[in-house]
Amino acid sequence: MTVSSATAPAILDVRDLTIEFATRRGTVRAIEHVDISLAKGETLGIVGESGSGKSVTSYAVMRILDRAGRIAEGSIMYSGVDVVAASEDELRDLRGREMAMIFQNPRAALNPIRQVGRQIEDVLLEHVQTTRGEAKQKAIEALQQVRIARPEERYHAYPFELSGGMCQRIVIALALACRPQLLIADEPTTGLDVTTQKAVMDLVVELTRERAMSTILITHDLGLAATYCDRIVVMEKGKVVETALSKDIFSNPGHPYTRKLMRATPRPGAGLRDLLPLEAATAPLPAPAPSTGEVLLRVEGLVKEYPRQDTSGLFSKFFGKQQEPQAPFRAVDNIGFEVRRGETVGLVGESGCGKSTTSMMVMRLLDPTSGRITFAGEDISAVPARNFATNPMRRRIQMVFQDPTESLNPRFTAARAIADPILRGKSMSRDALRARCEELAGLVGLPLEFLDRLPHQLSGGQKARVGIARALALSPDLVILDEPTAALDVSVQAVVLNLLQDLKIRLGMSYLFVSHDLHVVRLLCDRVIVMRAGKIVEAGTAEQVLEAPTAEYTRQLIEAIPHPPV
Amino acid sequence: MLRTIGRRVATAIPSLIGVIIVTFLLTRVLPGDTASFFAGPAATPQAIAEVRKQLGLDRSLPEQFASYVVNLAKGDLGNSLTTGRPVVTEIAARLPASAELTLLGLLLSLIIAVPLGIVAAVRQGSWIDHTCRIVATAGVSLPVFFTGLIFVYVFYFLLGWSPAPLGRLDVFNSPPPTYTGFYLIDALIVRDFETFRAALSQIALPTITLAVFSLAPIARITRASMLAILAAEFIRTARASGLKSSTIIMTYAFRNAMLPVITTLGMVFSFLLGANVLVEKVFAWPGIGSYAVEALIASDFAPVQGFVLTMAILYVLINLCIDLLYSAIDPRVKVEG
Amino acid sequence: MTILSEAPAETKRPAASGLMAMVRHTQYVLAENPVTAGSFALFIAFLIAAILGPSIVPYDPLASDTAAALQSPSAHHWFGTDQLGRDIFSRVIVATRLDMTIAIASVVLVFLLGGFAGIAAGFYGGWTDRIVGRISDTIMAFPLFVLAMGIVAALGNTVTNIIVATAIINFPLYARLARSEANIRREAGFVHAARLSGNSDPRILMCFILPNIMPLMMVQISLTMGYAILNAAGLSFIGLGVRPPTPEWGIMVAEGAAFIVSGEWWIAFFPGVALMLAVFCFNLLGDGLRDIVDPQRRT
Repeated sequence: MTVSSATAPAILDVRDLTIEFATRRGTVRAIEHVDISLAKGETLGIVGESGSGKSVTSYAVMRILDRAGRIAEGSIMYSGVDVVAASEDELRDLRGREMAMIFQNPRAALNPIRQVGRQIEDVLLEHVQTTRGEAKQKAIEALQQVRIARPEERYHAYPFELSGGMCQRIVIALALACRPQLLIADEPTTGLDVTTQKAVMDLVVELTRERAMSTILITHDLGLAATYCDRIVVMEKGKVVETALSKDIFSNPGHPYTRKLMRATPRPGAGLRDLLPLEAATAPLPAPAPSTGEVLLRVEGLVKEYPRQDTSGLFSKFFGKQQEPQAPFRAVDNIGFEVRRGETVGLVGESGCGKSTTSMMVMRLLDPTSGRITFAGEDISAVPARNFATNPMRRRIQMVFQDPTESLNPRFTAARAIADPILRGKSMSRDALRARCEELAGLVGLPLEFLDRLPHQLSGGQKARVGIARALALSPDLVILDEPTAALDVSVQAVVLNLLQDLKIRLGMSYLFVSHDLHVVRLLCDRVIVMRAGKIVEAGTAEQVLEAPTAEYTRQLIEAIPHPPV
Repeated sequence: MLRTIGRRVATAIPSLIGVIIVTFLLTRVLPGDTASFFAGPAATPQAIAEVRKQLGLDRSLPEQFASYVVNLAKGDLGNSLTTGRPVVTEIAARLPASAELTLLGLLLSLIIAVPLGIVAAVRQGSWIDHTCRIVATAGVSLPVFFTGLIFVYVFYFLLGWSPAPLGRLDVFNSPPPTYTGFYLIDALIVRDFETFRAALSQIALPTITLAVFSLAPIARITRASMLAILAAEFIRTARASGLKSSTIIMTYAFRNAMLPVITTLGMVFSFLLGANVLVEKVFAWPGIGSYAVEALIASDFAPVQGFVLTMAILYVLINLCIDLLYSAIDPRVKVEG
Repeated sequence: MTILSEAPAETKRPAASGLMAMVRHTQYVLAENPVTAGSFALFIAFLIAAILGPSIVPYDPLASDTAAALQSPSAHHWFGTDQLGRDIFSRVIVATRLDMTIAIASVVLVFLLGGFAGIAAGFYGGWTDRIVGRISDTIMAFPLFVLAMGIVAALGNTVTNIIVATAIINFPLYARLARSEANIRREAGFVHAARLSGNSDPRILMCFILPNIMPLMMVQISLTMGYAILNAAGLSFIGLGVRPPTPEWGIMVAEGAAFIVSGEWWIAFFPGVALMLAVFCFNLLGDGLRDIVDPQRRT
């Protein structure tokens, strides 16, 4: 395995690269003086948070920057070819044949109204890898190589007929069809489930290794990069801050930013406080109040059914033969669990497993088809969701939403958003209301000067704090956290998770924590429930479920999490 | 495929029912006494009573509706008060004139607007782009009857290039034998090039007037959807795989960008059929629009109602065709119900 | 708890109240976009003509003077005179009020009807949605101008009925826009959050959804104003609604149409230009508003 660019000839050499974007407010430098070199057969990870310039760097290598972007300085050499100076014709020969790219959001990366096989053919024909007669056969072979079952059938499929993971395989087949030497993977698994992520990454590694290709993996996930790459380049705000071997990066990070990023990445063996930067003199976690064992929330036999989309049209209803009525789709299929006072229960599963539907029903925003939800001894599922807003129980169950931006009314200031639940409850003087808002802001660590800002004037972390403050405004007993950090950068996530934990202990609340991320769940939860296809497959203490899972599915989930060499 | 077509046809049925109900209601909400309206201003009380009986206005509303539908099925839209002839016959005789004008206008504007929109999007910020924007905004702002009059003034009065705006053919030519009812096509069929040229010079100005009007929305939507598609992620994939820009623009971008354009065609047709009425009046075009306008002025309501119903049914059928065209291009609509 | 503060990079622009930011943004857009500024000035001019028109014109718009018939534009009659010797300039200015009244009244009417029906349909779904959708579909099944003709012919040949017909044919546009915007926001996080805070559905509709849809609706109003003017003028051009001798742009163009072929262009030309400018002004204003409200949707 090649480990250093010094020992092998570089296939790609980026020197002193600076890229500018023309915006309405003048030119902005997206990346500045970036040096990256990649040896033949090497896998390089480029890691950074949003806005670090990692994607822009890779687009520049392919010269597919959009109209506003321009290479201002520096050179990009690919196997002796000057990419910066190359003509559009020369570039077309490079792209697809020499270097290829796979993208985040694979379904959008494919032409929605062209059969996937035909899209692969287009690339093959363009680079004269085949004749028209053989094109179809070659395309099917390309599909076979990315382990797609029944490739002859899939050849005719349209992207909307395929799952996200399947689409990513097609994109990989498209990228590798002409046997390029360099593959750039831009967040290839973001948005995919963890088991799909593992399958896709394993496939990429296997195929590129088989063909002795060089790979650049661009990701925000330090753990993922460290697991699959030989070497890692860390970028921050358009600059490379560190380049190191993967095996060294966790044990011996050089740059303070790398250290912060590394620490903030949830990983086995690290506690909540371990995620925060060393420099922050953080108080140790307060001891949790001993759980009284009193059951706060009890869910029994909960079911949510949706009628299936009626696929037969009016025409076939009139003239077609009578069809069997289809059984409704069960999003949540007869589940039951408890949350005790002072406890955090994690609800884990991949997309579509029914965890969000469950939380919406517990939240009383959605009516269950059947089953009982008992809160503090009262059957709250008896009250229809549409009337629950005025129920006295409403204030005792609150929620922190997944997307902090979307969950704030764009026309309310932070203070108005936090005050909204209080205003609905009781009348309060202006001053008292303001004082309460400031108290809540202090609680969640939102500087007071931000209270009069509108959401678009706040950062992601600040918006998350406003959302938390709003949920706390009525001093609830139970807070449902619906992937509260999924939309945040990893360093912000570390801070928010710690905040949530401190608040819970201080205010004596219980949490129902909905997440797809087992690492995060492990940090916060006392007990964990694993869901799949609407059913609970495993439940137990966090330690038990994560360390010694009994269900095969749980094992798969844990197995699929990237294991960086620590 | 047959199933898809069948399903689409079925979706047009509610629209058709809606159209028939609304036109029926429009005939019944005439202010004052409908019968005396229909009988005309000089009618005697006996005549009015006669008309009332004849129209079935003495019966209940559901009964009236039933007989309305029955008459409709028989192709009976009543008689024109001024000419005394059945409305259906007159509309059928005049429909080809309107159809020829409308379709030619649409064809002309498509030929100009779609390439204009595409080039404007591909060369964003160039002079073609700016031209496209100006055309798009100016085009929708021009009252179609006003453009027509300006054209008449410039090309007939000032320059003398165009014949007098008086119908489909000047007095020196006789219409070609009827095959399709479209003079241009019929003249070509019998190889009467003299008549063809005469018909073409008559239809040129009204066609251009209609085209200028419908150019704007088509160019605008083509440019906008082309821009959106060119920024889409799958175009980036195509570029990253080294496809030629002609392949990217035609095979990848254009086909996707046409989908919103086809959807907009429904709206464009709605505008066109309305504008057609005004243009026919300006150019004394003997189509169904000017027929309806003449009837309106004479307070002769049966032709107006017949006209509204004909236009609406035509429009429903046009929308059906647009739907079918759309589902032929976009594979995604086939799975949806 | 302050130890948990994030990096300073997280802080963004200084605080500014929402209204001030909007005003500043509007100024910025107007300065950036002279076309929008120009159309705004033109709009003001039309408003002045509509309000003060009858008291500032040099001639009585209805007074005929057969001795001065069919005069071309001159220092006395800036826009010339028509076949009855009436001053076209005065008639064009005075007509502004009637044309604007028709357009504004119909747009306000359809905004109230279509806007609220659409928001309710998008928010509540179910039967409300189906009924509003069916009404919209039925209206859309007609070529709109033809439907307007039919409505005015049936209801009677008056200005009020022109307003009603124009409102009806614009109904689907408003209902659909409001419906889709309300429908997107129905499941938005901030609407769920509002429910958790104890807001009732009507309150959510009025305080959370409506204010967020208003900017888009304003754009729609500006764009349909132009269409409403065109539609009303088209109807009067074919002899519906306004009757002579009332000055109105559409009917004046119709009166002048007969004289075009003999070269007396000014009778139809000036009211036509006024009509065109008014529509142009509202369309540009709508585009400009859209830039202010929603920069992403620029075309």
